[in-house]
Amino acid sequence: MMAAPQAKLSANQERLAALQLPEGATWATAARGAALDRLRAMGLPERRDEYWKFTRPDSLTQAEAPHAALFDSGAEPEVFDTVDRLRIVFVDGVFDADASDDLSLEGVRIERLAEAGQSDIHWAKDTYGVLEERGQNPVARPLAALNTALATDGVLIHVTGAVSKPINLIYIHKSETSDAILHNLVKLDKGTELTVLENGPAAARFNKVMEVEVADGASFHHVRTQGRDHERRAATHIFARLGKESAFKSFTMTANGVMTRNECVIELTGDDAIAHVAGAAMGDGDFHQDDTVFITHDAERCESRQVFKKVLRNGATGVFQGKILVKAGAQKTDGYQISQSLLLDGDSQFLAKPELEIYADDVACSHGSTSGAIDEDALYYLRARGVPKAIATDLLTLAFLAEAVEEIEDEGLREEINSRLVGWLERRRG
Amino acid sequence: MAALDDVQVKEGVDQETVDAVREVGGAYKYGWETDIEMEYAPLGLDEDIVRLISSKNEEPEWMTEWRLEAYRRWLTKEEPTWAMVDYPKIDFQNQYYYARPKSMEVKPKSLDEVDPKLLATYAKLGIPLKEQMILAGVEGAEDAPAEGRKVAVDAVFDSVSVGTTFQAELRKAGVIFCSISEAIREHPELVKKYLGSVVPVSDNYYATLNSAVFSDGSFVYVPPGVRCPMELSTYFRINAENTGQFERTLIIADKGSYVSYLEGCTAPQRDIAQLHAAVVEIIVEEDAEVKYSTVQNWYPGDENGKGGIYNFVTKRADCRGDRAKVMWTQVETGSAVTWKYPSCILRGNDSQGEFYSIAIANNYQQADTGTKMIHLGKNTRSRIVSKGISAGHAQNTYRGLVSMHPKARDSRNYTQCDSLLIGDKCGAHTVPYIEVKNNSSRVEHEATTSKVDDDQMFYCRSRGMDEEEAVALVVNGFCKDVLQALPMEFAMEAQQLVAISLEGSVG
Repeated sequence: MMAAPQAKLSANQERLAALQLPEGATWATAARGAALDRLRAMGLPERRDEYWKFTRPDSLTQAEAPHAALFDSGAEPEVFDTVDRLRIVFVDGVFDADASDDLSLEGVRIERLAEAGQSDIHWAKDTYGVLEERGQNPVARPLAALNTALATDGVLIHVTGAVSKPINLIYIHKSETSDAILHNLVKLDKGTELTVLENGPAAARFNKVMEVEVADGASFHHVRTQGRDHERRAATHIFARLGKESAFKSFTMTANGVMTRNECVIELTGDDAIAHVAGAAMGDGDFHQDDTVFITHDAERCESRQVFKKVLRNGATGVFQGKILVKAGAQKTDGYQISQSLLLDGDSQFLAKPELEIYADDVACSHGSTSGAIDEDALYYLRARGVPKAIATDLLTLAFLAEAVEEIEDEGLREEINSRLVGWLERRRG
Repeated sequence: MAALDDVQVKEGVDQETVDAVREVGGAYKYGWETDIEMEYAPLGLDEDIVRLISSKNEEPEWMTEWRLEAYRRWLTKEEPTWAMVDYPKIDFQNQYYYARPKSMEVKPKSLDEVDPKLLATYAKLGIPLKEQMILAGVEGAEDAPAEGRKVAVDAVFDSVSVGTTFQAELRKAGVIFCSISEAIREHPELVKKYLGSVVPVSDNYYATLNSAVFSDGSFVYVPPGVRCPMELSTYFRINAENTGQFERTLIIADKGSYVSYLEGCTAPQRDIAQLHAAVVEIIVEEDAEVKYSTVQNWYPGDENGKGGIYNFVTKRADCRGDRAKVMWTQVETGSAVTWKYPSCILRGNDSQGEFYSIAIANNYQQADTGTKMIHLGKNTRSRIVSKGISAGHAQNTYRGLVSMHPKARDSRNYTQCDSLLIGDKCGAHTVPYIEVKNNSSRVEHEATTSKVDDDQMFYCRSRGMDEEEAVALVVNGFCKDVLQALPMEFAMEAQQLVAISLEGSVG
């Protein structure tokens, strides 16, 4: 008798079947195993998946990281150089103790997943992969499950008291073929505050998850820049759960990068919580940047804001998929969402899906999305006053991005981001 | 409408709005049925049924083949599941695909020969099939003063067209207005050229099914330079039980012509859901203009969500020539489940597409509706104004696409979609897709009510109104604008919707 013909497995299915889990403590092995089961059930993202309609997942899912040439930013100072911070450095996804500061800081306990994952008793046991799993519904995020299953390092931050300075995670890219996976956990106890800064391209391909648990009355601030590497690829996820009267504020600047997919999944579970997510993206040429945001209101009187601005030229592509879900009973919700793109030439494109799903009647939710070229009237006005065209264009571009940058509360950090934006524009002006 | 009686509305929502929704969603007035002897095709669907429908319509061989090809394609397709609607799986083998009153077996030569029972049915619906000056499509319209306006009506009863009025007068102007089955026999060259050219046979699951089994519908051809001398209207009535209605409408507006077309529909009240899968294709040539208006009032099911029509419809207009213009206006109050996206392909330079929609969902109704504006030509314009209102346990979704292709330079889209929830058991959703592939076009999507024209505000304020009053006036005026886009025949029915305000609405 002939053997039954075997269904041909796709490259993605083959990859999933061959995955091997890293070893660790009992809880870590259990969490990784559960994540792998989830991942195998949902499969890796495919081109035809609705959630990947505007972004091709291939280069993020294939077994080997695509080659990415190293980028030399010259004598440019490191981002957040002017800020007093605690530096934690990863090179191609590997912790660099020599380049990092001492991890002890008052009010906070900082550990590495590589160590905590070997210890049988650890608070991460109740957190690792938990928010990621919650975030898989109603939309699957397979790359995050892949991360939970495979990550062996990352930073675990537990805030218990007053913290004197921001924690800066620095991701350095040194190998043209590196495939980095990092999983960070941040846990803020009641009433505490923390600022996390992230910068750098990290690797040829970077898969990063950050799970953030914000207890009642706590506030979390997050500012990141993703590095000016031209050929790097990144798929990042932030999963956050917010308690009563807590706050979560995140800003991301993306300049360059052949492929960036940033997903942000936030659950407002306590009354009167606030979540702000903002992004400024600048792309020139072979640039694809995707902001995918999902905010769930599951408590009363919460406020959420999504502000995303993209400046695109020379065939760059900007994507925005944003959603506000207001569950039944989440009355007095205030939800706002704006996504705008400035297309500096005819080759670039902006693809957007700003979505609302509302099951409560006493809410105010609004969204807006626009796309267009630079305002000719404004340009004319500036030129009539003697401003050269290139500078006038830059001024208007900065003004366009300002609404997103203003979401950063700290003035010093805001200035730092602004100076990077100015630098990016100046370099392109030539 | 018990669901709305004791509902607590949030501050800012006009009581008038709630009353208007209650009025619209009140007891279904068209739920009666006509007791008439029918003949059916055998239950279920296979190639023989497709052949049978084709032969009942006395179709030429090429049409039968076209249908069979569609049927074979349909077998390979999967039912779409992306819409935010939830209904039990349809058993396509457990319903009838053709139902015709026995009295229609021999096609009546004129309206005088039509079965009086059928004429009475339409008279009861407010659509007297007489060639007289009358406003059709509106209850009580017989009493309205005739203003010298004529409306030609094609009346479709289950699977067949019962009759078409004013055909002779229209023919004098060169306009062809008849049932699609008649057009296939009498004007095969036009049907061959245009059928399936806007909505391809395998466009989507329901359109493919329709292509295989469509039974009747209307055909309109307006020759170059002709302004159609009267409004054209088709009235669809589902009467038979356990029968799907698959209408097919084809409208061709040749160069420089103009036509306004109205569509109305109702069905009896039954416990078992019924399927209605229509395809409407509109071809708009250079400098031509088509207005297509719908008041969709299929039976919505009872207050517990039992029964009702599943309305899965593909409507698309192709602005082929430069400066072509198309305008969709819809008032959606009926159907248990709606899946409908009247779209515009703006191919010609300077062509223009508009979509105005008011969708009201109550009890357990589910509506997933919106539009697609595909900008291909230079300097094309589109405008979308959508208002969704949910009450009871209903779910109302706006789903739309605005696509600016690289060659659609200097084009413009403006989209506004507002939703209003009445009560805390319903849902309102917005799913717009925006694709901009050139930088000289401007796309704006907004979902707030704050952008009231400054000049109008100033005008009102300087006459002593406070800000709130001024906004209310301007906003209500704006809503009226949408309704006035409807031809007069529907404007009366839609008039009560004017009371619906945008205050307290969410994006």
